[in-house]
Amino acid sequence: MESEKLLEIKNLHTAFKLQNEYFDAVDGVDLTLYKNEVLAIVGESGCGKSTIANSIVGLHNKNYTKVSGEIIYNDENLVEYSEKQLNEIRGKEIGFIFQDPLASLNPLQKIGIQIEESLIYHTDFDKEQRHERMLQLLDQVGIINPKRTANQFPHQLSGGMRQRVLIAIALSCKPEIIIADEPTTALDVTIQAQILDLLTELQNEINAGIILITHDLGVVAQTSNRVAVMYAGQIVECADTIELFKNPLHPYTRSLLQSVPQADSQEELHVIQGMVPSLKYLERQGCRFAPRIPWISESEHEKNPVLHEVSKDHFVRCTCWKNFHFKDDGGSKI
Amino acid sequence: MSFLEINDLKVHFPIRGGVFNTIKDYVYAVDGVNMSIKEGKTYGLIGESGSGKTTIGKAIVGLENSTGGEILYKGQPVNSKKHRKKMNYNKDVQMIFQDVLSSLDPKKRIIDIIAEPIRNFENFTKDQELEKILTLLNIVGMPPDTLYKYPHEFSGGQRQRIGIARAVALNPKLIVADEPVSALDLSVQAQILNFMKSIQKDFNLSYLFISHDLGVVKHMCDYIYIMYRGKFVETGTKEDIYNNPQHIYTKKLIAAIPEINVQKRDEMRMNRIKFEKGYKELESIFYDKNGGVYDLVKISDTHFVAIKNKEDLKNVENSIA
Repeated sequence: MESEKLLEIKNLHTAFKLQNEYFDAVDGVDLTLYKNEVLAIVGESGCGKSTIANSIVGLHNKNYTKVSGEIIYNDENLVEYSEKQLNEIRGKEIGFIFQDPLASLNPLQKIGIQIEESLIYHTDFDKEQRHERMLQLLDQVGIINPKRTANQFPHQLSGGMRQRVLIAIALSCKPEIIIADEPTTALDVTIQAQILDLLTELQNEINAGIILITHDLGVVAQTSNRVAVMYAGQIVECADTIELFKNPLHPYTRSLLQSVPQADSQEELHVIQGMVPSLKYLERQGCRFAPRIPWISESEHEKNPVLHEVSKDHFVRCTCWKNFHFKDDGGSKI
Repeated sequence: MSFLEINDLKVHFPIRGGVFNTIKDYVYAVDGVNMSIKEGKTYGLIGESGSGKTTIGKAIVGLENSTGGEILYKGQPVNSKKHRKKMNYNKDVQMIFQDVLSSLDPKKRIIDIIAEPIRNFENFTKDQELEKILTLLNIVGMPPDTLYKYPHEFSGGQRQRIGIARAVALNPKLIVADEPVSALDLSVQAQILNFMKSIQKDFNLSYLFISHDLGVVKHMCDYIYIMYRGKFVETGTKEDIYNNPQHIYTKKLIAAIPEINVQKRDEMRMNRIKFEKGYKELESIFYDKNGGVYDLVKISDTHFVAIKNKEDLKNVENSIA
């Protein structure tokens, strides 16, 4: 890819404290976000996808978490930033959209004031300029009557409108990076489609890089340019969206795609054996997906699996994909 | 033969206010719906949040009192507690909840949770009861040591299976499943859905599957009801709804499903925009002046659409395409 690198994550480890011991929830993640792209991070709950997002903007409680590695933005390492330095960036250069819009809006403040808040901190606009910008933002995210909405409280708005307000807040200072953590999970399908279309539209307008965190493969297929699939704290596959859905390689990606209730089949859905290991008892040596595909012999796995570039810009962890087959369809290979 | 008939069911919630807390208005959560449920089939109930789909489910089980209309079980009305008791209705109709953890008593062991319906309706000795519970756990694929654990010790998928074990304990005829998989991960969701299908065959169960996930509904259901503001806008078999949707609301809903097909991405996006635009233009045909839904009109043996004039449908085809 030719375009400019916006954010580069190198060997990121985020560990949580459990009974005086630290356990890595994110275990050596390398990711790069380029300008003008939507990078999706997919995985099941507990795989560490939100943890990455929170690590980027330093939202973890320092008493219980250890973040190490490098997150490079503008040639500086965000991991080493102090709270004060982070405040300069948060909201201004990195916008954040959370899953639950009601919980992230202040119930006692009017919408307009909440949008202007980040303008007060990060710009030297005067009162009228701020007001104008705020109305313009509300209009940009497709709210029909910005003046009226600006004077309302969060509880007076519907879920979709609240999410639009949150997007307006994230956009307010024209950020270079937007992190959207499950932005549509709490919404209905029709509203979800609207919000996703809005995000893609805005992305073309403002030239930002978007990190989209989701567990919904449909959403990924519809909106992203590049996908990283995560399992148990590691990225197991990373590729261009079209490539990934056309030619999924890692057993986990393939199993996930098989277990989506597909439109026309009345057959049984594919079930991944076993369970996602818990943080504490996770086997840190060897291929982490191996216990869930026990019919693949041990020799197929690497001892210490790393990401291999299989074709251009298509990375897969471990070697077990080469001879992988689903349990019931015998020996047929890819 | 349908064993459960719902005729013109209405559930209205009063809005109180003013000095004396008098009734000011009503929320028309469910406003005149008809359903009929046959043995061994799965029915899907789709709608946005707030459309009243959960209220229908609760009214059927008897957790919500109906304001009007009737629920007939084997030809007998079961609207009141007394009638339900007479018909043994509460034994035959069970419910699975969306948020399982809150439907399992945190202070009870699994053995007591599953035994509760059995103790209510059957006259078992201790040994028989234990045997029955063990068979149930076996059916839902949980080990016997589950018996003496508490709900918090399990993962989301396992809890949902315990919820299902409790629901099938009395060999019910109908299970109302209110968003049973929407809180679960993809792979666990697949497990639960497969499992629900397999016990359906074993027990000749019927499901009323309430969901907003159209992919899941398409996978599970034979007959689908689409709900909007307390009424059905379109009902039909799976094929009717997905291959030949007639109401603009249904069309919009189906166009909004994010499909796993990267190639068709732009085409689907155009489709969405088209329906979104069409939706505003055609609103007057499909909804009355107050935005209410018309009564259902038959367009084929299985397919019904809520519209004023059947002839309008042809014009709609032309104007969208």
